[in-house]
Amino acid sequence: MAAVESLPPGTPSAMRNAFGTVLSALILVLIGVLAFSIRLFSVIKYESVIHEFDPYFNYRVTQFLSKNGIYEFWNWFDDRTWYPLGRVIGGTVYPGLTLTAGTIWWVLNSINIPLSVETVCVFTAPVFSAFASWATYLLTKEVKGSGAGLAAAALLAMVPSYISRSVAGSYDNEAVAIFALIFTFYLYIKTLNTGSLFYATLNAIAYFYMVCSWGGYTFIINLIPMHVLLCIVTGRYSPRLYIAYAPLVVLGTLLAALVPVVGFNAVLTSEHFASFLVFIIIHVVALVYYIKGILTPKMFKVAVTLVVSIGLVVCLIVVAVLVALVASSPTGGWSGRSLSLLDPTYASKYIPIIASVSEHQPPTWPSYFMDINVLAFLVPAGIIACFSPLSDASSFVVLYIVMSVYFSGVMVRLMLVLAPAACIMSGIALSQAFDVFTGSIKYQLSSKSKDNAEDNTSTKNAPKDDASSGKTDKGEEVSKERSSKKGKKKEREPAEKLSVKSKIVKKKALVLPLEASIVALLLLIMLGAFYVIHCVWAAAEAYSAPSIVLTSQSHDGLHVFDDFRESYAWLSHNTDVDDKVASWWDYGYQTTAMANRTVIVDNNTWNNTHIATVGTAMSSPEKAAWEIFNSLDVKYVLVVFGGVIGYPSDDINKFLWMVRIGGGEFPHIKEADYLRDGQYRIDSEATPTMLNCLMYKLCYYRFVETDGKGYDRVRRTEIGKKYFKLTHFEEVFTSHHWMVRIYKLKPQKNRIRGRVKKLKQKTSSGVSSKSVKKNPWM
Amino acid sequence: MMNLSRSVALISLFLLPLLSFSFSVDNPTDRRVLVLLDDLSLKSSHSIFFTTLKSRGFDLDFKLADDSKLALQRYGQYLYDGLIVFAPSTERFGGSLDSKSIADFVDSGRDLILSADTSASDLIRGIALECGVDFDEDSSAMVIDHSSFSVSDGDHTLIAADDLVKSDAILGKTKIEAPVLFRGVAHSLNPTNNLVLKVLSASPSAYSANPSSKLSSPPQLTGSAISLVSVMQARNNARVVISGSLQLFSDRLFRSGVQKAGSPNKYEKSGNEQFATELSKWVFHERGHLKAGSLVHHRVGETDEPAIYRIKDDLEFSVEILEWSGKSWEPYVADDVQVQFYMMSPYVLKTLSTDKKGMFHTSFKVPDVYGVFQFKVEYGKLGYTTLSLSKQIPVRPYRHNEYERFIPTAYPYYGACFTTMAGFFVFSFVYLYHK
Repeated sequence: MAAVESLPPGTPSAMRNAFGTVLSALILVLIGVLAFSIRLFSVIKYESVIHEFDPYFNYRVTQFLSKNGIYEFWNWFDDRTWYPLGRVIGGTVYPGLTLTAGTIWWVLNSINIPLSVETVCVFTAPVFSAFASWATYLLTKEVKGSGAGLAAAALLAMVPSYISRSVAGSYDNEAVAIFALIFTFYLYIKTLNTGSLFYATLNAIAYFYMVCSWGGYTFIINLIPMHVLLCIVTGRYSPRLYIAYAPLVVLGTLLAALVPVVGFNAVLTSEHFASFLVFIIIHVVALVYYIKGILTPKMFKVAVTLVVSIGLVVCLIVVAVLVALVASSPTGGWSGRSLSLLDPTYASKYIPIIASVSEHQPPTWPSYFMDINVLAFLVPAGIIACFSPLSDASSFVVLYIVMSVYFSGVMVRLMLVLAPAACIMSGIALSQAFDVFTGSIKYQLSSKSKDNAEDNTSTKNAPKDDASSGKTDKGEEVSKERSSKKGKKKEREPAEKLSVKSKIVKKKALVLPLEASIVALLLLIMLGAFYVIHCVWAAAEAYSAPSIVLTSQSHDGLHVFDDFRESYAWLSHNTDVDDKVASWWDYGYQTTAMANRTVIVDNNTWNNTHIATVGTAMSSPEKAAWEIFNSLDVKYVLVVFGGVIGYPSDDINKFLWMVRIGGGEFPHIKEADYLRDGQYRIDSEATPTMLNCLMYKLCYYRFVETDGKGYDRVRRTEIGKKYFKLTHFEEVFTSHHWMVRIYKLKPQKNRIRGRVKKLKQKTSSGVSSKSVKKNPWM
Repeated sequence: MMNLSRSVALISLFLLPLLSFSFSVDNPTDRRVLVLLDDLSLKSSHSIFFTTLKSRGFDLDFKLADDSKLALQRYGQYLYDGLIVFAPSTERFGGSLDSKSIADFVDSGRDLILSADTSASDLIRGIALECGVDFDEDSSAMVIDHSSFSVSDGDHTLIAADDLVKSDAILGKTKIEAPVLFRGVAHSLNPTNNLVLKVLSASPSAYSANPSSKLSSPPQLTGSAISLVSVMQARNNARVVISGSLQLFSDRLFRSGVQKAGSPNKYEKSGNEQFATELSKWVFHERGHLKAGSLVHHRVGETDEPAIYRIKDDLEFSVEILEWSGKSWEPYVADDVQVQFYMMSPYVLKTLSTDKKGMFHTSFKVPDVYGVFQFKVEYGKLGYTTLSLSKQIPVRPYRHNEYERFIPTAYPYYGACFTTMAGFFVFSFVYLYHK
């Protein structure tokens, strides 16, 4: 490191620093290896496959990119999804992940490492989690030194919350976005600490990468302005703050507008307004400081009154314009997902399509313990550590943890944003605790070995200095590194002041008794060990199931349920290339990617009406459903049914959402018709509407033949209607464990019959056969 | 190899005339017709009708309806292209024939002439029901009309009907002047059924009742709801004629003169022969059978069909429609063929213009909407086979580099951009180096 070289070689502290640098580099490499390898359980236990739903879409897009190049990808109009509307993939997708994996694949291939696109996609997430832990190291190092950095990096490498989204095969936006998020924060703090325009530019570019990767970039563009505002309010305004913020807003907004999916949203939607408001405020503040510098205090007072009054007027006008603009849009300019962040009940009240996704639900308490484990206890300690002393950087991480705790409480999915913050905080807490404990042990040992003749009060301070000398040395190093690199003498003063301050604080710290320190140290190590055990368990057992292949352990060994791939393969081999397959939107991405068939709706839920149409068809009786599907040129209908093997996330359990979403657009579908006394049931107590809807019929058709009773193992009840025939659909495929059932729409009858059953009725006295309504389909 | 292919070509050359006589998509007229009779005497009493069929080249195979060797198909191949059932009183067919196998025969695209009569059996009613025709439930009922009966007989059950469907495709171009004589049972059609059609309707004063007994209650079927002769064209274009009267096809009514009650016009010869002949031409696909070539489309100025269109592209569309004349395919001429550019609803609906050589074409601009569209030609003209063609084609939005680069109205903004940049440069220069 530059700092080490700049010191005169040979001195013991320089040697120790060199050793420390090498050691931390080694540790970082190991942390990277750990982060990568802990995520390979899914490959070892299952196989190298893409997981779940969204990753299949990303995989398909990456395949397209690697085959057709970036311009074709940019302009890709996909006619195989959202039939017949189609989807402009290039303009509606966050391209960061795809471009990253595509680039990796291209580089590897051009140096003659012939990996398949799928392999690259599978391993992108583990690779980027290694990067993310290194970025965490950098960020935490900027806040509290490299000890805390290493601890935070190690914690992040195996935090279960992050593992859940980044195991090998989980090829989703979050895989790269978390790295981008942490790295952007690091560059922001770095700019804040150095005041370097170079880092400010890098920061804007990192922000651009984040915008490319994930919709969660709005978290950055709201958190950083909040921090800037916090700094201004607490009187911490400095030119460094200005340099860290102003270029980010200007460059970042320009760059964000380049991403097709964001485009003009970067200046039009409310999520971005906070940054512009703070941008104005920071300029006003900068102007005030500038004027304060050139004016006499008396003149300044006059100027302040003048400026404040004018400024207030201008601000009021701007705010009025903004409010008017926002109020003129139907949702108040906020997108549904963002609104449900602010008001957690918003989505479930107004947007069933958002509320229907399980990861948009608020988390339960156990999920916190599951996902961040012991970090939950360490975070408060970390926050306290951040306040002694409070710097710009540490105030930022405090703000970060506070905001992310709030957001994670709204949506279980945003636990992912909380995880890095919790790791940073816990890293700081652990490192500080180790500092204190090892420091007091060292002091106690050295004071024992030393002669006790010296005055107690004087020795109490001296070794304390010793213990904290490494720390303060480092603080000075950092400042030296900065000054030597930039040659800016001005920067040195505040940093040194800072380190002096910390020295004073350290001196005040209590020295703990030897035994207490050792016990505390052991307890901390045990805590860490528990964390590691929990993380490895979570990685191995809880989060590595690919969800397209299911396993179950029973008394007679392991059962593998590979029904999804079986049925997608059936579709791709037995249906025509242009056939349309209708299913609930969850299975849209998989159908297009694995079966290569056109779907009506998929997991990109951009058109509520279209989804509602499918929901309505599923909740309608057979004939009405046939007509809806036929009008969409659907040939096959796919339902997922778990009643035979007890797979709980099947279509019957999702069915109420289909009813709600369908009823939201087509009011003739009423939720109450499907519930008996407010209860959702499919047994003999179920309502006739429920028993006659298409979803019930397609799921339970011939179900009674499996066990003779029709016992549903998910709902734990016998089904209400066991024997029935399908009039408009015919079963063409049912997978091995009945998990996927595919039906074909029957063609229209060649002839339309006359009055049904007339001949039979004729013999039994002529009861008005005319009133019998003709069913032309019979 | 050369020899082999040459010999194959030679064989097929020999087979060609044979093949061309058989019923196929390219040659849709029926050839082999099975005639099922109650009684072989019908063969002579209806000889004129059968003779005209024979003279048009049909190969008639007369069988008694209860012949124990009756079979429509052998080894999965149909032996006949058409079926005439003149056996109104048969309760059971012989051999393997039943109402279901006749329905299957129609569903395979083959044609049927079915004639009931007073006291038609349940079997015959059942076949008619399969085709969407309901005969009067009262088995002894007949159509009675006290105002438009034939004067010659004085019997009010011999109807002189002249309410014919107006369709050149079904009844030929020559107008049938004389009324058609009819004596038989009434039937009705379900008005929502769009596959069946009344060809010969009763007059408003007709009703269906037993002529030998007194009316105790109002008749169920009255007026022009009564159909005397109906046709059905199935969705696969199989054609069926259902008549309520077997006598309609008889020599006696063919030959008899007719004068409608209350009408001064007296005709030497009834319209029956012309009516039956023209109807048989339609039902055996000698007329009104269309076929379409594939839908051809391309951008204006190009000839190849693109895989995808862009919004606002100009395109040309054409389709070839031919009509079967009974011997060869002739160009179909009409001014009412339309094409839809369809995505959930038609975005463009254009009437195609014809060049009188069978080609229909038009050109239009792709709408400013992207998605997966279809070219759809849905042509269901009365009496003609239904044409239902569609071809899927996606329409994409502009590519990133297909937008206008410089918009004239935006020049002030471009100017503002560059002057700001220049101004900033000058300002920086002055600020840094002044003083």
